[in-house]
Amino acid sequence: MKKLLKNKTFLANSRIYLTVIVAFLVMFSLSNAGILSSSWKGYLVPICAYISLAVSLNLLVGICGELSLGHAGFMGIGAFSGIIFAALLKDVVVSDTLRLLLAMVGGGLLAGIVGFLIGIPVLRLRGDYLAIVTLAFGEIMKNIIGNLYAGVDENGFHMAITTSKMALGEGGKYIINGPMGATGVQKLATFPMGFLLVLFTLFVVLNLINSKEGRAIKAVRDNRIAAESVGINVTAFRMKAFVVSAFLAGMAGVLFGLNYSSITATKFNFNTSINILVFVVLGGMGNILGSVISATILYVLPEAMRSLEDYRMILYAVVLILVMLFTWSPKVKEIVSVISAKLSGIFKKKEVETNG
Amino acid sequence: MADYPKNVVQVPTFNLFREQDAGKLPVLDVRNLGIDFGGLTAVDSFNITIGPTEIAGLIGPNGAGKTTIFNLLTGVYQPTRGSVLVNGIDIKGMPVHKVNKLGIARTFQNIRLFSEMTALDNVKVGMHNEIKCSFLSSLLRLPGYYHAEAAANLKAMELLEFMGLADVADQKAGSLPYGVQRRLEIVRALATNPSIILLDEPAAGMNPSETAELMHQIRRIRDTFHIAIFLIEHDMNLVMNVCETIAVVNYGKIICKGTPEQVRQNPAVIEAYLGKEDND
Repeated sequence: MKKLLKNKTFLANSRIYLTVIVAFLVMFSLSNAGILSSSWKGYLVPICAYISLAVSLNLLVGICGELSLGHAGFMGIGAFSGIIFAALLKDVVVSDTLRLLLAMVGGGLLAGIVGFLIGIPVLRLRGDYLAIVTLAFGEIMKNIIGNLYAGVDENGFHMAITTSKMALGEGGKYIINGPMGATGVQKLATFPMGFLLVLFTLFVVLNLINSKEGRAIKAVRDNRIAAESVGINVTAFRMKAFVVSAFLAGMAGVLFGLNYSSITATKFNFNTSINILVFVVLGGMGNILGSVISATILYVLPEAMRSLEDYRMILYAVVLILVMLFTWSPKVKEIVSVISAKLSGIFKKKEVETNG
Repeated sequence: MADYPKNVVQVPTFNLFREQDAGKLPVLDVRNLGIDFGGLTAVDSFNITIGPTEIAGLIGPNGAGKTTIFNLLTGVYQPTRGSVLVNGIDIKGMPVHKVNKLGIARTFQNIRLFSEMTALDNVKVGMHNEIKCSFLSSLLRLPGYYHAEAAANLKAMELLEFMGLADVADQKAGSLPYGVQRRLEIVRALATNPSIILLDEPAAGMNPSETAELMHQIRRIRDTFHIAIFLIEHDMNLVMNVCETIAVVNYGKIICKGTPEQVRQNPAVIEAYLGKEDND
């Protein structure tokens, strides 16, 4: 019995890893063989970033049961701190891959720390209230980053939130130039690194879910009062989920930020948060493989429909509505099952007739 | 176990310790407990002492304040007056999860299971503080994780088997029949390794044969784990047969304490509560 149970989660997890690895190998060989067009090649890294974002948000929304509307805020922190780290390490670390790795760890840690600090006041709230406050957090982060100046001159690294305090010396160079965003960023992100990030995210989230901590987090989601009564510190476990989620979102943000030569803070607005949430909801709350698949499809879909120009967002919306109806609405499910039963009834009748 | 203040004179209470409990530190010592909700006094001057292996009952008409007392004992409510000592330690100001760590576990009147998780996982959540496995070793799947999980699985299955629930271990808790859910809640409470468990109407919604089985199991829990049990119940048959001592509350106040025989014959109890039921 025990072994069977263990195998069940083990099998489910290996299915997720396997899907991701096979998908990576196929896309990697396709892009190396030159079959993929350059625009499709451009989608690969953002897809990896969005998968990580969706999986990390699923930890918060699906597993912990807390609605967060500020995930793009953590992504933004990761992206811009990653750009700064990468620029500062340019002369110290020669290897591009290692530099990206260090930037990712740094950006992730910073996002995690911010997540912890934000979590102290924010996690006193629940449900709708938490959603509203995280929404505000995302917007605040976007605006802070949008007014951030960072640069290096002979005196070292400077950072400020207003231009007047930002006086770079002779030969100084801006890394982040306020509302203009980061320009002239060296594109460090590569598809294999994105793949590794996805694997790492899955490793962290899946291992967390199937551990003592994960059980505690799920217990808090299912019944807070009962969880407290069996000795679980509810606040501590909501915080753990929040910080881990922020950390992973920060890492994904670094990958995303270092994939473009220039990027502005407006990219990390409310829309992006909602998009990530849509990936999670459509893939299924708490369903990790679902998040991976829906993040991929829903990122590619609007890009692939670019030829439809003005109609593409309408079509995207229609697709979202249809998928939602077919997967979640009990009424539509009922209608579908009635229709399928009738269809199978017709077929059976025909069978009987032909047999008779 | 902390030092128990020996010089303190025991407040009037059952003083009906079982022989084996005599001279031992009471597992639960409640002194002059009271709580007001606004102008309403829900519980007032509630005193009780429960020995380490005692089965005690708390009865009273609907709305008498029984569940409020349980909520006070487990730290869900902070009392307006009085104190609660679990194994000699005052729970004043402690959050609920810390009170549980002192050795007091409970079930709920309206079942509160982790309905989306399996029965086994429910029990393993109960064992949360028993499982010694660091965050890092479970994240990195170090050998410590596998050892801790294997030990936890083993103990959880043992506990489930004890209550006859081994065959539903991998079913979702929310999909189990009502009586099974009640028993699963008891297993989850037992999994926290308590020295006393509070059962809030454990027989509610059970049929007579299930209740008979439950009575047997309650005694078996005490005899196997050597812990105290304090239960709220409306089923007089269960209370009178299982409990060694009974406290009767009405309007938040204790109106009678004693053995089942004493309670049965007490005119105040008959008037307030049993009189309606016991017409022979």
